Amino acid sequence: MSFDVAAVRSEFPILKEKIGKYPLVYLDNGATTQKPQIVIDAICNYYTHQNANIHRGVHHLSQVSTEAYETARTTIQKAINATHNHECIFTKGTTDGINLIAHSFGKGLEKGDEIIISALEHHSNIVPWQFLVEEKGVLLKVIPMLQDGSLDFDAFLALLSAKTKLLSITHISNALGIINPIEKYIEAAHKVGAKVLIDAAQSLQHFAIDVQALDCDFMVFSGHKIFGPTGVGILYGKEVELNALPPYQGGGDMIKTVTFEKTTYNELPHKFEAGTPNIVGGIALGTAFEWRNKLDLKAVEAHENELLAITTEALLKIDGLKIYGDAPNKSSVISFLIDGLHPYDIGTLLNQQGVAVRTGHHCTQPIMDYYHIPGTIRVSFSLYNTKSDVESLITALKKAVKMLK
Amino acid sequence: MTIEEKEKELIADFSIYEDWMEKYEYIIELGKDLPILKPEHKTKENIIVGCQSQVWLFAEKKGDKVIFTAEADAIIAKGIIALLVDVLSNQTPEAILNTELNFIKEIGLQEHLSPTRSNGLVAMVKQMKLYALALKNS
Repeated sequence: MSFDVAAVRSEFPILKEKIGKYPLVYLDNGATTQKPQIVIDAICNYYTHQNANIHRGVHHLSQVSTEAYETARTTIQKAINATHNHECIFTKGTTDGINLIAHSFGKGLEKGDEIIISALEHHSNIVPWQFLVEEKGVLLKVIPMLQDGSLDFDAFLALLSAKTKLLSITHISNALGIINPIEKYIEAAHKVGAKVLIDAAQSLQHFAIDVQALDCDFMVFSGHKIFGPTGVGILYGKEVELNALPPYQGGGDMIKTVTFEKTTYNELPHKFEAGTPNIVGGIALGTAFEWRNKLDLKAVEAHENELLAITTEALLKIDGLKIYGDAPNKSSVISFLIDGLHPYDIGTLLNQQGVAVRTGHHCTQPIMDYYHIPGTIRVSFSLYNTKSDVESLITALKKAVKMLK
Repeated sequence: MTIEEKEKELIADFSIYEDWMEKYEYIIELGKDLPILKPEHKTKENIIVGCQSQVWLFAEKKGDKVIFTAEADAIIAKGIIALLVDVLSNQTPEAILNTELNFIKEIGLQEHLSPTRSNGLVAMVKQMKLYALALKNS
């Protein structure tokens, strides 16, 4: 198998848009990816032919939509190689998944228990744990980062103890693109009896993940960063771990029996899926995974790595440009600043030329504080980006610099 | 000059530029020409909340007029606040409170600014009107 970028690109209608007179150059895939036509069609098809509430009605449409929703769950289960499909809980997204674990896992924690996160976390993987610090008196410890944007593994080992109950760590830094070697973090955390939650929001769009091989206890990700719709995501958890947790929200679908005296809870995955879910989102996310399953993911990774390499090389030729996060193991994300120029000025002038990038702190203020910078310009590629996109970026960037200096 | 006269002047200034690049080059020039804010006014309290870059705005009353001075750490934001200072400074609080600032749309500034920057523009105008309100009866 191989990878034909032109053919894949043609499946994304939005990439034909123009921004003013400039063709869209979409380089903000760390924020969200665009959607292939087949995913857009799945959304339209659902409301045209399948819409009904799931797990409830005996009527035809309810059975059709229930089956589509559960088929999507199984597609996703297979894609991440979970043992059972009920280990995949539909959520609103990564943030929702982390909050679920913080709530339900947090209930079993006591004062003095320790949770470890890293210096590279998105605010979504910081704030929910701070709630537990306030409510429960647990201690939050942070794995420090190094100048190249990688984490200090030895410092992590020193943080581990019998008090460590959970390690919640990102697979890939959204701000810098650094890939953490999570396998060895998981192994070390398990040795002291801690559970591990992986934030895979940034990684699944770039390569396949096998949760059994990783041996993580929990993993969360968002649908919209992997060619699916917004407002839907997955919390994966080992069956035994999910069964051990109390429910998150109360409501319909998550109960077995309800009386005013006592309610018994439904089994997995329904225990964690109170209320009518984002049915169309779940189904279309399944479609996104089916679409992605047909790709040669190794070839996709090689394509993205090539874009990363040529862009890094071209950027470094620009006077005064500094890349933040230059550790060797990176996904196709580049965060940079140019001496004396504000990232917002660059972002504004790139936007004027049809180039979409992210500027600011990327919801990772601690990383910006570490480097003593207000923010960066972040370029993040996806599989449909081309060398021509890179050329457009460099041309637009040089023009912006010329105007600002 | 009244606010309306100032606005007309700016609309005329911008009308000679054909594309966005020339407009932005002009805004960048305005930003570079904006006088530096006095250090004692460049405080945390004077930062406008809601801008994606840091914008400082100070106002004082001289006679019956409000005098604005401002600075920003990003050059385009600086150019935009310079435009607003040009139009609204040295006017009475009543005039500042009553103006609709139609020139922003007329010169194509609103549609040519990114959403976050546009929010910054809204926040800048709001802060200037709040100053005018506060200084009205002082």
